[in-house]
Amino acid sequence: MTITAQAPPELRALDDEDLESLLLVRHFERKLLDLFAAGKLNGTTHTCLGQEYVPVSLNPLLAEDDFVFSNHRGHGHYLARFADPAGLLAEITGREGAVCGGVGGSQHIFRGSYLSTGIQGESLPVAAGAALHFKRNELPLLAAVYIGDGTWGEGSVYEALNIAQLWELPLLVVVENNGISQTTPSAANMAGTVRGRAEAFGVGYHRVTTHDIHRIRAELAPEIERVRHQHQPLVVEFETVRLGPHSKGDDTRPAEVVERARQRDWYGGYRAADPERFDRHDHKVRELIDLVAADVLERPLVSGGVA
Amino acid sequence: MKRNERVGENLNRALHDVMAAHDDTFLIGEDVLDPYGGAFNITKGLSDRFGDRVLTTPISENAILGIANGLALTGNKPIAEMMFGDFITLAFDQIVNFSAKSVAMYGRQHPMHLVVRCPVGGRRGYGPTHSQSPQKHFLGVPDLHLFELSPFHDNTAVLNGMIELGKPSIFFEDKVLYTERRHQEGLVADLFTLEFVGEGPFPTARLSIDGIGDPELVLIAPGGLAGRAVEAARELFLSHEIACAVYVPSALYPFDVSVLADPVARAGRVCVVEDAPPGGSWGAEVAHQLYSHCWQSLRAPVRLVHSADSVIPTALHLERDVVVSSRSVGSALRELVR
Ligand SMILES: Cc1ncc(C[n+]2csc(CCOP(=O)(O)OP(=O)(O)O)c2C)c(N)n1
Repeated sequence: MTITAQAPPELRALDDEDLESLLLVRHFERKLLDLFAAGKLNGTTHTCLGQEYVPVSLNPLLAEDDFVFSNHRGHGHYLARFADPAGLLAEITGREGAVCGGVGGSQHIFRGSYLSTGIQGESLPVAAGAALHFKRNELPLLAAVYIGDGTWGEGSVYEALNIAQLWELPLLVVVENNGISQTTPSAANMAGTVRGRAEAFGVGYHRVTTHDIHRIRAELAPEIERVRHQHQPLVVEFETVRLGPHSKGDDTRPAEVVERARQRDWYGGYRAADPERFDRHDHKVRELIDLVAADVLERPLVSGGVA
Repeated sequence: MKRNERVGENLNRALHDVMAAHDDTFLIGEDVLDPYGGAFNITKGLSDRFGDRVLTTPISENAILGIANGLALTGNKPIAEMMFGDFITLAFDQIVNFSAKSVAMYGRQHPMHLVVRCPVGGRRGYGPTHSQSPQKHFLGVPDLHLFELSPFHDNTAVLNGMIELGKPSIFFEDKVLYTERRHQEGLVADLFTLEFVGEGPFPTARLSIDGIGDPELVLIAPGGLAGRAVEAARELFLSHEIACAVYVPSALYPFDVSVLADPVARAGRVCVVEDAPPGGSWGAEVAHQLYSHCWQSLRAPVRLVHSADSVIPTALHLERDVVVSSRSVGSALRELVR
C-alpha cells in the first residue's frame, strides 16, 4: 500500500438526491455487516465502503439503457442505479421481493440493462459484445464495466481492450483502484500501471483522484460522451479506498493502513461541507434502512426453483 | 438438392440459410473472412454476403465467446467458431460460467441464443493439440446443450434447431466429415437403410439392414464415428452374418434415451462408441441411462469403445493405434455377441 496520509479533501456540498444516494449505499452496507455479525446473513458479502461515490458520480452520466456490468463488489453500483434497497436485501437474504429470486444473491444480479457476475474479468468481453450491438444498431448507448485493480491480472481484460479499440466500440471501463485485491496489495499484483496498459492498446485513459462528485462529473462528462457518440473506448481509473474488509472479517491490512484509508473517506468530507443538512439526511436514510431491513427480514423465504 | 453434396458444403449452406433467414445472427471467429472462409472453409462466402455480421477476431478465444455472450445477452443470435476444438478450453469460463449460467442464475429463464461451432477429432495428422474430442468436458452443465455433426442430418434443420433453442449449444464437428459425402437416401454402404427416429429438429439416424427383424446388436455412435461404426457393422454382417443396427444421435447432451430404449431392450446387447479416451465420458453417461431404462432386458453389460488412454500422436501409424477404428469397433461387437 502506498497511500500517503492526507487531510480530508475539501468537498463541495451535494444536492439532496446525490447525498441520499451516497448515504443509501453506506447505510445499506453497514446494515449488512450488522446483520452478518448478528448471524442473520448467509454466505458472504463484499462491501464498497469508501467507494460509494464512484457509481453515484457516474450515475447521471449513464443513460437508462446503457448496459452496466458490475462485479462482486456491486451493491453501490446497483443502488446508485435503482435506489432499491429492499429488492437487493431480499435478494441477499432469499426473501420475497428478491430481484433475482434469491438465486443470484449479492454477486449475481440482472435487472434491465444491469448485470453483475462473480468471475473477475469475465464481463469485459461480454460488455464488448453489448457495445457492438449498440454500435451496429446505431443506438447512442454504451457498455460500462466496473472492475478492480486486481482484475487486471485476467487475460480477458486485454483480449477485450484490444478488440474494443480495433472495432471502435462504445466501451467504458471503470477501474476502482482501491490499492488492494482481496489481501494482495497492488504492488504485489501489477507490473507497470493501468494507464500504461490502456495506452498500450491506444485506448483512452482518464485518472480520477478526487472524491468531489461535481468535479468528477465535470471531468468525465465530455469523455463519456466521446465513448458514446464517437465510439472511442475509455478506461477511467478511480484512485479510491476500501474502508472495510474484502468480504467479512478478512482485512489483513495493518491498522495504520486502514486508518489512512479512513482519513480519505468521503463521509467526513461531505459532512464538513454542510453538517446540519448532512446529519438530517444521514438520519433519514439510516431510519429508512432500518425500516427496510425490518420489513424484508419479516418476509417469507422465496420458494425454490427457477421460474 | 445435390445428392452427393459434401458434409462441409451442407454445413456451409446451412450457415448461409440461417444467416439469410435471421438478420440477428452473427458468425464470429478467427480467420473466418473471405476469400479464406475459415480454416476448414466452412464459413466460405458468408462475409462477402453478410458483411459486418461476420466478425473476424484476434486470436482471443475467451473474447470470441465473451462477445458472443454480449450479443446473445442483447437479443442477438451469435454463432461462434473455434478454429480447432482443442482451443475451446480457452473459452471454458465464458461458456460454463456465463453462457450456460446466465440462462437461470438470475432467478428467471433468460434465453441465450448461442451456438459454438467446434471442429474436433483426429485422423488429419494435426497432432495432440489439434485433434482432441473435448465433448466430455462439457457434459452435465445445466442448460448447456451438446450436438454433433453427422453425415446424415441436414444441417440447416440442426443449426436452426440449435439457434432457436434459447439455450447455449456446442456443435461438435468431426473435421474428417467435412470432405465426406452426405447420405440422404438410398442404401448406405450398399447394405443399410437410413431412417430418422424421434421428434423435432434433432432426430436420431437409424441404419438398419433390410429384411432383418430384430438385430442382435445395437451400436450407438455420434456423427464423427458414424462411418467407422457402419463399416464395422457391415463387416460383421458380411463375414459373420450378425445383424447390427447403428444409431447416430444428433443431440449428445442432454441425451434422450427414449428412442433407443426399446430397440436396445429387444436386442439386449448394445455398444456405445466415441472418439475420446476413457474416463468421465459421453459413453459412460449413455450407458448409465441404458442401465436405468433397460436393466431387465440387457443380456450383456453395455460395451463402451473409446480411443486409447493417450494423447493423440501426430505420426499416422502412431495415431492409428490411438483413435477408434472400424476394426476396434468390430472386435468389440464380436466380443459382445460371443
Ligand atoms: C476469476 C476469479 N478469480 C478469483 C476470484 C476471487 N476474488 C473475488 S474478488 C477478488 C479480488 C478482486 O480484486 P480487485 O479486482 O482489486 O477488486 P476489489 O475486490 O478490490 O474491488 C478475488 C481474488 C474471482 N471471483 N474470480
